[in-house]
Amino acid sequence: MSTTTPAGTTATTDATTVVGTPLTFEEKRHARNLGIAYIVLAGITMIFLTGHSGTATFNLDAGRSFGLPAQPLAWFVAASLAVVAGIQLWRGFGKWTNVVLAMASLLIFMSFLAWAAAGREFSFIGMLASAVTFSTPLIFGACAGIMCERSGVVNIAIEGLLLNGAFTSAFVGSLASGWPGMGPKSGFWVGVLAAMITSALFAWLLAWLAIRFKVDQVIVGFFINFFVLGLTSFLSSRVLTENPDYNDTPTLGAWKIPLLERIPVLGQILFRQTVFVYGAYVLVVVFTWFLFRTKWGLRTRAVGEHPRAADTLGVNVLRLRYRNVIMAGAIAGFGGAWWTATLGRFNENITNGRGFIALAVVIVGRWHPVGALSAALLFGLFDSVADKLSLLNTGLPSEFIKMTPYLMTIVVVAGFVGRSRGPKAAGQPYESQ
Amino acid sequence: MELELRGITKRFPGVVANDDVNLRVRGGEVLALVGENGAGKSTLMNVLYGLYKADEGEILIDGVPQHFTSPRDAIAAGIGMVHQHFMLVPVFTVAENVVMGVEPTSLGGIKLDLATAREQVRTISEQYGMHLDPDAVIEDMPVGLQQRVEIIKVLFRHAKIVVFDEPTAVLTPQEIDDFFVIVESLKADGKGIVFITHKLREAIKVADRIEVLRRGKTVGDADPKTVKDTELAEMMVGRPVDLVVDKAQHDPGDVVLELTDFTVRDPSGRVLVDHVDLQVRAGEIVGIAGVQGNGQTELVDALVGLRRVADGTVHLVGQDITVANPRDMHRHGVAHIPEDRQREGIVKDFDITENLALTGYYAPPLSTGLTIDWKAARTTAEHLVEQFDIRTPSVDTGVGTLSGGNQQKVIVARELSRDLQLAIACQPTRGIDVGSIEYIHERIVALRDAGVAVLVVSTELDEVMALADRVVVMYRGKVVADLPRASTNHNEVGLYMAGAKESAA
Repeated sequence: MSTTTPAGTTATTDATTVVGTPLTFEEKRHARNLGIAYIVLAGITMIFLTGHSGTATFNLDAGRSFGLPAQPLAWFVAASLAVVAGIQLWRGFGKWTNVVLAMASLLIFMSFLAWAAAGREFSFIGMLASAVTFSTPLIFGACAGIMCERSGVVNIAIEGLLLNGAFTSAFVGSLASGWPGMGPKSGFWVGVLAAMITSALFAWLLAWLAIRFKVDQVIVGFFINFFVLGLTSFLSSRVLTENPDYNDTPTLGAWKIPLLERIPVLGQILFRQTVFVYGAYVLVVVFTWFLFRTKWGLRTRAVGEHPRAADTLGVNVLRLRYRNVIMAGAIAGFGGAWWTATLGRFNENITNGRGFIALAVVIVGRWHPVGALSAALLFGLFDSVADKLSLLNTGLPSEFIKMTPYLMTIVVVAGFVGRSRGPKAAGQPYESQ
Repeated sequence: MELELRGITKRFPGVVANDDVNLRVRGGEVLALVGENGAGKSTLMNVLYGLYKADEGEILIDGVPQHFTSPRDAIAAGIGMVHQHFMLVPVFTVAENVVMGVEPTSLGGIKLDLATAREQVRTISEQYGMHLDPDAVIEDMPVGLQQRVEIIKVLFRHAKIVVFDEPTAVLTPQEIDDFFVIVESLKADGKGIVFITHKLREAIKVADRIEVLRRGKTVGDADPKTVKDTELAEMMVGRPVDLVVDKAQHDPGDVVLELTDFTVRDPSGRVLVDHVDLQVRAGEIVGIAGVQGNGQTELVDALVGLRRVADGTVHLVGQDITVANPRDMHRHGVAHIPEDRQREGIVKDFDITENLALTGYYAPPLSTGLTIDWKAARTTAEHLVEQFDIRTPSVDTGVGTLSGGNQQKVIVARELSRDLQLAIACQPTRGIDVGSIEYIHERIVALRDAGVAVLVVSTELDEVMALADRVVVMYRGKVVADLPRASTNHNEVGLYMAGAKESAA
């Protein structure tokens, strides 16, 4: 289609004139689709977001705030999008494509917030801080997923492992706080430990069925998800509801980091959080180092890409996969305890699909812990927006608001499909000769 | 160091893959282990490398019996293996691939010490004249260099005996020469080398001793200084073999297939077949030579309608068939023997009748409109089994249970047993026994003599040279040479295959 070779090519004249390096057929189609998406977004902005008049006041920390007039902003955003769409279709943005996309997304997002909060006050910084909070279980879930997939095991049971972590930490944590010499605080941490151990056991079950018996990994994962959902729901209604004492742990307060918490804006977003949030960041750093700088990491990645090569060099493929999956289970169990730490109790199906969103985070984060962190923050933001919107009286049906995090997950993942390549051997059982 | 295999027997259900095999190799010696495909060479080496457990017999090193239960044991005992299919992680660097399993570490055995790894790789690489960059990523490297990484992997583990399993199968003739230089330097350094091959000339060229394996048994050894390749072939097959294909003078007719400016791209737009012009005439065999991965596969796939043609045209006897699908091609009298027998040529779980009906099932006599006339299909199959000498108990036998040579004959029978204008044969004899090779070669020549245009694609230069009337060489997606067979030789074609030479093709 394009001309990468000199003489003899019949260059097909296309609607898009190429600037700089020639584009492939797929890139051109992608560029065109993006242009159409901008037009649609401009239309949506114009029709829906211009509906509310008044100024939205966004509160920052220490009494500072800024205001955005909803209607003029929406018109401005719609007009900008139309211009961007035109340029995109006419000649494209070349290497700036992604930057423009990010800017456009930000504009639509701000316009949407202004529309939702028109004439009222809205805690902007609170939204960002809770985005960080909400991203925490996603980070744990995604790191668990990466640890499995990098070694060649697809683990869709993250949801079940998180849910088990939430239940066990609440249940055991409540019980343990009554033990002699234990307070609610230390009892809670006993619960967290129990959550890590039980989730590791469930992960071991997955590993055992998938690695030893070569049962399809997706089917085993589904089985564990449903098993855990059923079991925790049953125990919750039979045991926890009847004995409220068994479902009562302290919520974990924020642990303000001295000095850092005083940084304007950022301090409140990042450094007045619970131990779980800091734990997630430490996990990402440590996990990244281990994955790319250690012997274990090299072997894990090798086993996920080309297990036979690793096997012929004396690396025990099956043992490494077992170990990684079980460790991932413990991480997911710890992540599940986040719900208990945040709410102080367990509710039926409390994870509500966050384990599946964590799988989306793995893909969007390109199987890299740092990438997963960024993706988790984005999805955490969707959660946090949905959470804040239900407080504002926007006129949107609450069902729709609850749907947004999942809807946005589909939109973002769809944009990444085919452009993010996972470990080659993921999902394939390994058979030594 | 001396390695000895004594009385090795390995049975699989229904087959004795190795039957009382004895083998001995010393340091500083090159032993060539030759045998046909299926003679049991690979099984023997897998036993030696700890991948299989022998049912009988023992492995001795310097007279001491060894018990290998995994490659780890074999490596520890000083045995290294360079596999036919490279065992390299494509997204890793040279250094990472080499050290995996025995990584140099710091921080108490946790942190990977890549700096040391790089240095060690560089040292070995220079010692044997291999010139490898430790930081190069495997998937960006040519096959010849990837093989050197495999060799370094083995040396890094202090191997004293190095086993090469069909090492030259994926190399260009020039890379093969480089490879032999490396083998010589390993030998000079006192390493014992086992060189597994079915290419007799290479065995004679590089070995100090030749051991012949036939149907799982060692049938004798030979001195490469005195033995002739015809004698070796006879030992290998068990009867006199004619290594030359008998062909009459060819008499080309009109142009049957014409590719003009033929271009194929991958989904990301990279050029795989680069503006190829090619003609095949009636009664002519055109052989496409080239190292694997230089666009031959994609050219054929696009030609028969399995891939999109990005640019250019295909004409069959003057008719434009550029956008034809495989069914159209079948209707036009084009036969296609695909290069991957197991994946594209047959359905393993189907029986012979079903496999033979796969291309013609939609039209009479096999189809009666709505249903398939299995009675007719069976009669046709019985006829073809006899005509094409397919060795099978019955036409109801599952194709998966046949030998490679007989599977290939099923495909050949299905594709060539009708009126054809053009036959395209890709790797028609890969991995099959000599008897079947001879038979299929005869068939292809007979087709030519009957006035069919034939396109043969093979990475085995010997095969192209034996069959073709005209030799076309592909390199990096381009046709770099188009030579009459009579006026060229192995050496010239080899240079074109390596990209060392370019003509105005």
